[in-house]
Amino acid sequence: MSGWIDWHAYLVLILVGFLPNEVWRMLGVVLVRGLDEESEILVWVRAVATAVLAGVVAQLIFFPAGALAAMPMALRVGAALCGFAAFLAFRRSVLAGVVVGEAVLLAGALLLVP
Amino acid sequence: MSAPLQPYPPQSAARAFLAGVAAALTSVFVLVVTGSFAGIGALAHEFGFSLGWTLASALLIWAAPANVILVSTLGAGAALVEVALAVTLSSVRLLPMVVALLPLIKTERTRQRDLILPAHFTAISMWVEALQRLPQVPRENRIAFCNGIGAGFTALAMAASAAGYTLAGGLPAPLAAMLLFLTPISFLTSVIRNSRLLVDRLAFALGFAVGPLMTWGKVDLALMWTGLVGGTAAYAASRLYARRKGRPP
Repeated sequence: MSGWIDWHAYLVLILVGFLPNEVWRMLGVVLVRGLDEESEILVWVRAVATAVLAGVVAQLIFFPAGALAAMPMALRVGAALCGFAAFLAFRRSVLAGVVVGEAVLLAGALLLVP
Repeated sequence: MSAPLQPYPPQSAARAFLAGVAAALTSVFVLVVTGSFAGIGALAHEFGFSLGWTLASALLIWAAPANVILVSTLGAGAALVEVALAVTLSSVRLLPMVVALLPLIKTERTRQRDLILPAHFTAISMWVEALQRLPQVPRENRIAFCNGIGAGFTALAMAASAAGYTLAGGLPAPLAAMLLFLTPISFLTSVIRNSRLLVDRLAFALGFAVGPLMTWGKVDLALMWTGLVGGTAAYAASRLYARRKGRPP
């Protein structure tokens, strides 16, 4: 039974993970001529893709899994806000944002969570 | 150590590949790739995926947003159609990246099948690193060089996934929470850093606001609607703004 579940999981990985992702790369190989990166359709497509990604980030903060779910909502949101503020303050440094966000989360976890 | 301004003389494909691997492993993206894939590994562990599956997903997909979406939606029990739609929507951005990269690395003699591997390796980190370094690489070495960058980053992503996966089980709660927080915080910052245009930043803000509302309201295919509503609104708003201002957004 567990063997079946394992193969099932890999089949799911191929069908709903690998193929829907890879199709755009291979389409790029085929279309490499005659596509303008600034064409209107691609601007819209990129906006949709960016919004999906933002939705995922928000879900991971507001509806997290596992150990992160044990942290209070205010702490998760506060850590993300502090990280984002540090990102902006340090000339859009991803490292500064990650370090400050994580530090606030750790401090809050040690102070607030029994 | 500064890179030469002129292309160095052509070298063997193997050496160009290794130069690509070295470029990847000394790039600033080492932190982003390590952080996001360690987070993805920890997430996969929390949702009960096997380590083999987690490594296979990093190798086959190699696009951190798609990896995050796949693990978090499958783990949350979303319908397979919704998972595939969300993954494919997040990966559309790979198409213009591939289309922009390939003309820079091919020669008249390049066969189309030689472009499949560099296309597969295309992701934000590889793409930015490649575009920055390619002017110094002789054209006949560029495919091998790009494959080296991609292979270096993918190997790093798999190692980081394995580390995050393994650590997630045995860490004290605050550290485990920090590991899981790596994905949202590194994406929040790196995606905004990569969106230079008003339309992209607006799309991020709208998606961030609409996504949790859709989930909270238990809307079916929440991520797909988040993308279509947030992305289209951002596109429309930026067009209106451009028309009002009479200049491109």
